[in-house]
Amino acid sequence: MIGTDRRTLLRQAGAGLLGAALAPFAARAGEAVTLPFGNGERPLVAYPGKRPLLQMTARPPQLETPFAVFDAGAITPNDAFFVRYHLADIPTSIDPDSFRLTVAGHVDGPVSLSLAELKAMPNAEIVAVNQCSGNSRGFVEPRVAGGQLANGAMGNARWTGVPLKAVLDRAGVKAGAVQVVFGGLDGPVLPETPDFAKALALDHARDGEVMLAWAMNGEDLPWLNGYPLRLVVPGFYGTYWVKHLDAITVLDKPYEGFWMKSAYRIPDTACACVEPGQTPEATVPINRLTIRSFVTNLADGATIRAGRTDLRGIAFDGGSGIAAVSVSVDDGRTWTGAMLGPDLGRYSFRPWTLSVDLPAGSHALRVRATGNDGGVQPMAARWNPPGYMRNVIETVRVRAA
Amino acid sequence: MRSQTILPASLGLLATLGVLVSMGVLASMWVLASLPAIAAPRTYELPKPTAALRPAAGRESGFEAAQANCMTCHSVDYIAMQPPGKGVAFWTSEVTKMTKVYHAPINEADARAIADYLAAAY
Repeated sequence: MIGTDRRTLLRQAGAGLLGAALAPFAARAGEAVTLPFGNGERPLVAYPGKRPLLQMTARPPQLETPFAVFDAGAITPNDAFFVRYHLADIPTSIDPDSFRLTVAGHVDGPVSLSLAELKAMPNAEIVAVNQCSGNSRGFVEPRVAGGQLANGAMGNARWTGVPLKAVLDRAGVKAGAVQVVFGGLDGPVLPETPDFAKALALDHARDGEVMLAWAMNGEDLPWLNGYPLRLVVPGFYGTYWVKHLDAITVLDKPYEGFWMKSAYRIPDTACACVEPGQTPEATVPINRLTIRSFVTNLADGATIRAGRTDLRGIAFDGGSGIAAVSVSVDDGRTWTGAMLGPDLGRYSFRPWTLSVDLPAGSHALRVRATGNDGGVQPMAARWNPPGYMRNVIETVRVRAA
Repeated sequence: MRSQTILPASLGLLATLGVLVSMGVLASMWVLASLPAIAAPRTYELPKPTAALRPAAGRESGFEAAQANCMTCHSVDYIAMQPPGKGVAFWTSEVTKMTKVYHAPINEADARAIADYLAAAY
C-alpha cells in the first residue's frame, strides 16, 4: 500500500504538468515548504517511522501531511499521517508487554488490561477520518492564534481495535454514571500545567462505534499517532482521539478539566460562528466534524493544458456520509455533479472524479459536498475565535494554456 | 516495525527449542521460553528542535526573558509560526495564557517584557 502510494507520487511528480502543479508539496527532507499565508515557512522533516512531513513545531512535535498525499488514495498511509501533541513530555519508551490500560471510577470493579487481553476480545474495524479541530487555521481571516495549519491536519485510516463499550462492560458501569474521561501517557513539562484529558458522554462512549485501536491500516499504530493504543471517535474531531491511551475513568458528574471546560470550545450558535473579532456569548465543547471537500489533483495557482481536464478529490463529513459532490468551473455560477468513488463507510474520505472542459484562460474551480443529513458547505468562510471547523467551499485557481 | 524483527527471532527461538528438546535439555527450554516476556521496551528518538528566537533591537531584556522561559515547555516555532505583525495585545494575550492557564512561572515584569519583545520581533 505504502509502496504503491510512493510509486503513484513519483509517477505524478514525473508527469510534467501535474508535477509542476504539485511542486510546492513534492519536496524532500531537508527542504522547506512555504504555505500560502504569513509565516508559512515549514521545514520538511522525516521523523522515525514517518516520511518527510511539514514540521509546524518540533517540541512537542506537530507535523502536517503534504497535501499531495490526499491525491494518492482514499486511505492515508501511516508514514504520512499528521501528528498533533499539546504537551511536551511525550513517551519515548513503552514496553508493549507491561503496558496496561486501567478502567476505574464509577464502576463495579476497576480493571487493568494488557494489550494481549484487549486483542483477545472481539475485534472491531472501521475506516474513519481523524481531523484536527484547527485544520486549515492558517487560512482563517482575520487570522487567529494557534497552530497555523494548511489543509493537511487530517487523515483517513482503517482502525482495528475493540469497542469501548466492551471494555466498559468488563469493569461494569454503575448506575448514575454520566461521562467517561480519557488520559494518555503524554503529559506536561511542568506539573502545574493541566494534563491533557478528554471526556465523552456515557451514551456516546457506549455507542459501540467508539473504539480503542491498536492498529492503523493493518499495522501497529505509529509511535506519534498514539502507540500502543488510542481512542477512535468516528465523526468527532481529533482532539477526542486520545493517544497513548492508558487511563479510562467513569464519572458520575461532568468532567471539569481545562481541556474540556476551557479549551476546545466553539460558539453555541447554529453555525458555531460569530462575527469576526466578536466573543461568543456561550460556548460548548467542539464535537462533530463539519462537511468538507477538496480537489486533490490540482494545486491552487497551477498552470494546466487547456481542454479536457480530469479532476479528482475527496469529501467527508461527521458521519452521515457523502450524498453528492458538485464542481463549479465558473466561480460558483453553475454546478455539475461529480462521480463518487468507492464507499469505505460513512466516516471515511469519499473519493470523487469529474472530467471538465477548461478552455484557455483563468478558471476558479470550486467544489462542494452535500451530506446524507443535508449538510452543505458555506460559500463564505465562517469565523470563530479559536479558528476551528473551517469548511468553506474550497476554490482552486488555475490557468489553462 | 519491531514486530517484523521479533517474528524471525521467535522462529529462531522455536528452532533452537526443538534442538534442545531433542537433546533433553529441559531446564534451558524454560529459560528460553521466558525470553519473549522480558523483551525490552520499544523506544522512540525525537529529532531535536533547531529554531532559535529572533533578536529585536531595543528589546534585549524581553529577548533574554523569552530565551530563559519560553523553551521550558515548547520550541521556538510555536512563536515563529503565528500570524505576522499582530501587535502587543495579541502577544500579551499569548503570554498571559502561558502564565495563567499553563502556569509558566514568569513574573509580571518579565511577562510584559516578553510580550513587548515578541510584538517587536514577530
